[in-house]
Amino acid sequence: MNHPTVIRYLHAALVAGAVLSSVAQASTPAQLLADYSARAGSAPSPARGRALFTAPQGREWSCSTCHGAVPTQAGKHASTGKAIGALAPGFNAERFSDAAITEKWFRRNCNDVMGRECSAAEKADVLSWLLTLKP
Amino acid sequence: MNEIPRLRYPRIVLGLMVAAGIAGAALADGGKSEQGVPLSPKYRQECAACHVPFPPGMLPAASWRHVMADLPRHYGTDASLDPASTKELSTWIAANAGTYKRVSEEPTQDRITHSVWFVRKHNEVAAGTWSLPAVKGPSNCAACHPQADQGNFNEHSVRIPR
Repeated sequence: MNHPTVIRYLHAALVAGAVLSSVAQASTPAQLLADYSARAGSAPSPARGRALFTAPQGREWSCSTCHGAVPTQAGKHASTGKAIGALAPGFNAERFSDAAITEKWFRRNCNDVMGRECSAAEKADVLSWLLTLKP
Repeated sequence: MNEIPRLRYPRIVLGLMVAAGIAGAALADGGKSEQGVPLSPKYRQECAACHVPFPPGMLPAASWRHVMADLPRHYGTDASLDPASTKELSTWIAANAGTYKRVSEEPTQDRITHSVWFVRKHNEVAAGTWSLPAVKGPSNCAACHPQADQGNFNEHSVRIPR
């Protein structure tokens, strides 16, 4: 295999990877919680999740600034005012039903709230608390 | 006496047919705005999750390039996307950028609301209106343009909150 061919294959692999990363990955809240807990290597804590969600983490916004202190109903984007559907899966079946979409929002919103990505343990904590909220 | 009730049903049916026709035409239109192209489903899904789907025609291509190159720092929030989605959206936006009338120069901070045409078009809006809780600021188009989500900014449908 000559050099340009290698680069072509590498490029094809990268493109394929990029495409895969954006496709839907159907899941369930329980599955995602199990995955995050397994990666964290510890049991999730709904109490820690609630605290993390509700209190500011060193920046202006907390999760609850946009989602509401108890996210069982629609929230409101802090800067644009756009309505945000309820976050708790018990009140909105779309939530935590796709791994890629879940990861996208955790990445962005943890960065806005904490200035960094959340750990698997933090994600498991928050999700475990959200799953305690039932209609 | 009998004539009237007989006529009423056909009228209702006719009315329903007209309504269905209008709804069908609107659907077939794919949400086309008077300012420009129908919004791509991807654009709606990704961009309109947080804000009004700003019509791509309202910013010049160069401003959109800056916006799309810096999604992790998007007007104060992280709007980062996977590379494939960013590329897909950038391509669609570039193909439809800057088509709105008088959009040529790049507004400061790549903000539609800083455009000369935007400021002029809104010069009758009282200063206090922008800071109302229901408005929050000039980027919240839907506060006064009820069909902004469909790309309709027709001034006859404007309703300014008080």
